[in-house]
Amino acid sequence: MLRDKRQEYLTALILVGPFVLIYGVLFVWPTIQMVMLSFTDAPLIGPGEWVAWENYVKILGHRLFHSAFWNTAYFVLLTVIPNTLVSLLIAMAVNRLDGWKQGLVLACFFLPYILPVSVVFLTWNWIIDVQYGLAQVFVRPFNGGEPMSLTRTIPAFMPTVAFVTIWWTMGFNILLFIAGLRTISPEIYEAASLDSAGRWRQFSRITWPLIWPITVLVLTIQLIAQLKIFDQVYLFSIGGRQDATITLVQYIYKLAFQQNRGGEAATAAVLLFAMIVVLSVLQYQLLRARGEK
Amino acid sequence: MSTEILSRSQAATVDRARRDRPLDFIGIALTAITLLVALASFFPIYWAIITSIKTDSEVISGGNSLWPNRFSFDSYVHIWTNTNIGIWYVNSFVTSLAITILVIVSSAGCAYALSQLDFPGRRVIYVLILACFMVPMQALIVNHFVLMAQFKLLNTWAGIILPQLIVPVTIIVYKQFFDSVPKEFREAAQMDSAGHFKILFRIYLPMNWGVTAALAIITFIGAWNAFLWPFLAATGEATMTVPVGITQVKDAYGIVYGKLMASAVVAGLPVAIIYLIFQRRVTQAIMLSAGVKG
Repeated sequence: MLRDKRQEYLTALILVGPFVLIYGVLFVWPTIQMVMLSFTDAPLIGPGEWVAWENYVKILGHRLFHSAFWNTAYFVLLTVIPNTLVSLLIAMAVNRLDGWKQGLVLACFFLPYILPVSVVFLTWNWIIDVQYGLAQVFVRPFNGGEPMSLTRTIPAFMPTVAFVTIWWTMGFNILLFIAGLRTISPEIYEAASLDSAGRWRQFSRITWPLIWPITVLVLTIQLIAQLKIFDQVYLFSIGGRQDATITLVQYIYKLAFQQNRGGEAATAAVLLFAMIVVLSVLQYQLLRARGEK
Repeated sequence: MSTEILSRSQAATVDRARRDRPLDFIGIALTAITLLVALASFFPIYWAIITSIKTDSEVISGGNSLWPNRFSFDSYVHIWTNTNIGIWYVNSFVTSLAITILVIVSSAGCAYALSQLDFPGRRVIYVLILACFMVPMQALIVNHFVLMAQFKLLNTWAGIILPQLIVPVTIIVYKQFFDSVPKEFREAAQMDSAGHFKILFRIYLPMNWGVTAALAIITFIGAWNAFLWPFLAATGEATMTVPVGITQVKDAYGIVYGKLMASAVVAGLPVAIIYLIFQRRVTQAIMLSAGVKG
């Protein structure tokens, strides 16, 4: 029996070994190092002096950090709620189709989601191009008949990137919503139509309350994902005034890789990390509260 | 009296039929709108493909025609001969495949141990996995870079692969499925004095073959599409992956749009094909990992 136990431990060790090695070296160690680095004035590569909380004071008072924070918040605002509403609407529309029609329409909405961000960027950069872009047909009337660069005009930048992001990622949300809609029994709707409840009443009294848990899930997954935004915003801002549209991860990138300030970059990373931990815990509590109800 | 009742019920039927008819009309309109919006959503992809097979002169002077006057694959020939896209393709395939295999193997093993074995340190591993969900990988870029520099792995395949091996969702999904395998299977196998490795590879993995396929596909797609880390880890053209290379390398193209669209099509093609073939598996994998995040 004791030998069995020992053998079980040995087996467990072999099975868990790769995981422990990978996560130890590539997750636990860098996380500890990040916190340590944030208290030093080290460059990206190389040692530095211990400066205690100096970096934190500096970063929290840094104007670019404030821009990065507010730009990120603005981007979250422009994407999360609109994306959720549009996705729910489309999911309901797709859900009432049947057979091959549903499969085809769903594929149309989902295909963008599996494409790399570079492809999304190149495609839309061409569509909104000032000189030859197709979208200028829609832009001109709003700009006195003149074409306008949507990514070089600062007020238009975030809404444009948010629009592209919604187009790119809504497939994921639509999928979750459709799965949720399918769990609502059709008998409830039949009973409602016998009581001659109209489409709007059916939606507000049946669909919306029953889909609410999925809506919360979709909202929180997106919220945390969009806080970590980098790729699209960075790509669309290449060659433009990047500081005006900088986001939090971009700020970390700039400090570390463009200004060689490793310690300060780590500090910004710890701050981002703290925000996401707080939100994750809130999300967990929110979803658990739902589960207990 | 009776005729009156009859006529009243008839009237009700007619009334209901009349109410049903406009409803059906709304239904048709809704379907039409849905189809139109779906087409609009697909249009950018269509437009990228069409642009890539137009001639340069047509791209800028064709008045945005929806179908090329003359099919031209010059853009594809151009990017093949003038950029390193072939090398980027090899880099992308090697790194994505390696990430997929390493993630699946290490996750399946760890999940089996967590699900079926009793050993000290289980709780620690659980806490570690949960912590992983919270730490944003984007926050770790600085220290991943420092670490890879210390290992002298920048601008190598290994340097691109290693930080992308942190995929805690895979372990949780595997564990959930291993938990639901009836214990009798394992006990019967142990009666025949089969070891745990044999049980894992002969019973648990084959029984959950579909899950492995779904997880492997989604891991591969994720690795292929990864941008931020490969962008940082590969600074030389020779080690870039496709998504990084096509946005970072600008050569003197002249009229670039057709060529850029050709490179976009080439970059998106592998994942698009995988999705179209394994549609159901991709959907399943996304549902599974979203369920875990909930």
